[in-house]
Amino acid sequence: MAVTTPPVAAVPVRSPFALPKWLSGFPTVPVAVLVLIALVAVFANLLAPYNPEIGSLSMRYKPPFWQAGGSMAHLLGTDHVGRDELSRLIFGARVSMIVGVAAVVVAGSIGTFLGIVSGYLGGWVDQVIMRVADAWLALPALTFAIFLAAIVGPSEFNIIFILGGVYWTRYARVIRSEVLSLKQREFVRLAIVAGCPKHVIMWRHILPNVINSAVVIGTLMLGVVIVTEAALSFLGIGVPPPKPAWGLMMADGKQGLMVGHWWLTVLPGICIMLMVLSANLLGDWLRVKLDPQMRQL
Amino acid sequence: MKQYIVRRIGYSLLSLFLLSLTIFLFVRVTGDPASLLLEPGASPEDIANLRQQLGLDQPLWVQYWKFVESFLTGDLGQSFYYRAPVLNLYFERLPNSLLLASVAMVLSLVIGIPSGVLAAVRVGGFWDNAGKVFTLLGLSLPSFFIGLVLILFFTVYLGWLPSSGAGTPAHLVMPAFTLGWYFAAAHMRLTRSSMLEVLGSEYVKLARLKGLPEALVIGKHAFKNALIPVITLAGINLVVMINVAVVVETVFAWPGIGRLLYEGISFRDFPVVQAVVVIGGSMIILVNLLVDILYALIDPRIRMES
Amino acid sequence: MSTVSPPLLSLEHLSAHYVSQQGTRVVCAVDDVSLRLGAGETLGIVGESGSGKSTLALTIMRQLPTAARIVSGRMMFEGENLLDKSDAEMRRVRGKRIAMVLQDPMASLNPLFSIGNQVGEPLRVHEGAPVAKAWAKAIELLRSVRIASPETRATQFPHEMSGGMRQRIVGAIGISCEPRLLIADEPTTSLDLTIQAQYLNLMRDLQREHGLALIFITHNLGIVAKMCTQLAVMYAGRIVEQGPVKRIFSAPAHPYTKALLGSIPRMTDGHDRLTAIEGQPPDLSNLPQGCAFAPRCPKATAHCRAEAPIEFILADGHSARCWLASGSATA
Repeated sequence: MAVTTPPVAAVPVRSPFALPKWLSGFPTVPVAVLVLIALVAVFANLLAPYNPEIGSLSMRYKPPFWQAGGSMAHLLGTDHVGRDELSRLIFGARVSMIVGVAAVVVAGSIGTFLGIVSGYLGGWVDQVIMRVADAWLALPALTFAIFLAAIVGPSEFNIIFILGGVYWTRYARVIRSEVLSLKQREFVRLAIVAGCPKHVIMWRHILPNVINSAVVIGTLMLGVVIVTEAALSFLGIGVPPPKPAWGLMMADGKQGLMVGHWWLTVLPGICIMLMVLSANLLGDWLRVKLDPQMRQL
Repeated sequence: MKQYIVRRIGYSLLSLFLLSLTIFLFVRVTGDPASLLLEPGASPEDIANLRQQLGLDQPLWVQYWKFVESFLTGDLGQSFYYRAPVLNLYFERLPNSLLLASVAMVLSLVIGIPSGVLAAVRVGGFWDNAGKVFTLLGLSLPSFFIGLVLILFFTVYLGWLPSSGAGTPAHLVMPAFTLGWYFAAAHMRLTRSSMLEVLGSEYVKLARLKGLPEALVIGKHAFKNALIPVITLAGINLVVMINVAVVVETVFAWPGIGRLLYEGISFRDFPVVQAVVVIGGSMIILVNLLVDILYALIDPRIRMES
Repeated sequence: MSTVSPPLLSLEHLSAHYVSQQGTRVVCAVDDVSLRLGAGETLGIVGESGSGKSTLALTIMRQLPTAARIVSGRMMFEGENLLDKSDAEMRRVRGKRIAMVLQDPMASLNPLFSIGNQVGEPLRVHEGAPVAKAWAKAIELLRSVRIASPETRATQFPHEMSGGMRQRIVGAIGISCEPRLLIADEPTTSLDLTIQAQYLNLMRDLQREHGLALIFITHNLGIVAKMCTQLAVMYAGRIVEQGPVKRIFSAPAHPYTKALLGSIPRMTDGHDRLTAIEGQPPDLSNLPQGCAFAPRCPKATAHCRAEAPIEFILADGHSARCWLASGSATA
């Protein structure tokens, strides 16, 4: 029988622009939107044509440039005290980004910390933390946040911690159940047998393994936090004026709405929507990619 | 089953305790209770009186007990702005919130359940994908944005519907739709996943093997079973709706509990805020308890597994 | 035995495959299956889990999950090819002319509807019986499956019944429209041993009364010995041996059948270890080139490993899919 050399297996040529397999389905548009908003937030000073907090009363209620009465001087119009809408939207991105990300980090830190403590230590510590989390979860986040804001008073700084204090509960349960299953794993058991003290196991061994989930929850929470912050600002107990927060801008714009000055409510609303949608889509994708066991979230 | 009910009640009591304790502590610890609970510009005697009344010089647990006691006896404090007991204000507004929430709930179920069923029956089809978009939007769009856009179209541009107050059915349309939107998306999502689960069950398989027409399989065998978790959630959501309606009621100046809360914030009328939050949280815990107990009583399976 | 009159059911080279979403993995769950069953006969289909027996049953009912499809062959029932029927026509066959009983009776019954409602349902649907008439007939059916006080039981719900009762109720649903063929998929697996015997006797009596043909899907050879006249042994989606039960039990031709029969522990054995069949069940998506049983067969030859055997007819109604059987075959 003639010896035949097997043909060289054809290696499929991948286009240099193709994403690696594990990044399939990458939500490019949402990420691009978020990156864009982040850039706008960072470079607000350079991008905004005017000071967002100062307006001139003679220029009140100017519509966007494509409508009659609008001008290129104020591309997106002005508000009820003559402040440039575009500049306010740009600086509003900064507020939303800062508050959103910071609140998520605060909530995530508290929630992950308590989740690890609760899951690893078990016993009455676990019971107490979980019961408190359950009781707090019974109160809608917005109501709770309103309550806290009414006590400590609204400010950008306070809002971050209020939102963090309200939303940590969403992390705690999930992280706790992950810790519970991690406790059964080999490397943890080895560490225990090796005489590792509890706090070392919790922070050196367990923490790195739950960061994944914390990040996923974080992206899912980002959208929720931003909406709540906007709602708080809309109600007047969020970021206080004259700082431009998108929610606050919408509240201010309501009077103008009734006589047809639509841009003051619709434009900030669209910005909020874009940011939240992008965060949600990114979170959904991350959830499926990073952690199959979290699909039930 | 009695065991289950007793355990469940105990659990609710614990949650109520923790919640009220939390609220109590936050007021005591992070703010100055006297200045919060008295209107600005009160005289030093009033402040001293209140301090004594609240027992601020007494141990914490005594204060907590007074706090709980006052709520249980119906003394929710006095509103500065209205100069009336908060309890009266609350119950004056409650029917309006109930009306709004009920209509919004009906809307959310009428939209949510059929679309969830359709999405499950034709997974991957047009309705499923449309449903996914709807869910995404519903959960991402802030309710006040929807409300304001609706006002823009239906009041400002078209002049069809009133944008504030209550009184006629026309007043109800936009607020109910705005409030119901988010919950329609939530109910749709749950109906879909519940339906999918049921469609994979053995009894549905047998129903098909019996040669039943697909409409009967889905409409009778699958639907009723799939509906159980949805109705449970809807019951709880009704009460949640009342509490999160603060934004919608503010946008539409609807005279309900939410608007009361908004007024409390705007006028720095803390007793109102405190009362609304305490009652709101308690309501939700209680309705959760009620739903669980009702479920245990009605569902024949749990009844038997005592 | 089944060659005198045309068979009630005749499967000819039937194949059904599961295809993965991207079309890359193909699982041959049912592979070139041919068998015949006459009216009133009882056929046992035996095999390990994953051998394709349940899939075969679902194929006959044309109720395969969406990922699967029938790729070739014919299913002749009462002279008609079931594969030629439209969905609506097939629906009329299901439950009325061919009925099926599933393994887990608790899961098979809808927890929210009464027994009477569920037993009477095929009558209302297939025969247009009005509700009252269907209810009366349901009570009679419950009586015929030996459920005491059927009038009360009909108003009750599945969770109020014992396991044995539920299985009988599912049986009652099966025979409600007087089908010609009843397929029972592991009907006794979830029952206690004592109940099993009662249930099997019931099946036998019903069969005699109604002239039913029965297909018993099971992994329990004892049931086959008691209930069946014909036997088909399945392995990796193929029928490796089929024929009269007595013949196969006394002279199994296929090594797998031999191994199955040999693994039944007997009191008279002197051994202290159970005889197991070596190896693991095959991965259906990755079948070896030759005979699927070759990796585990003590008698496998190079020919067995290279080429999948065809079916050899050994005697009247007895055939085996094995190269080693070809010696005594009259192929």
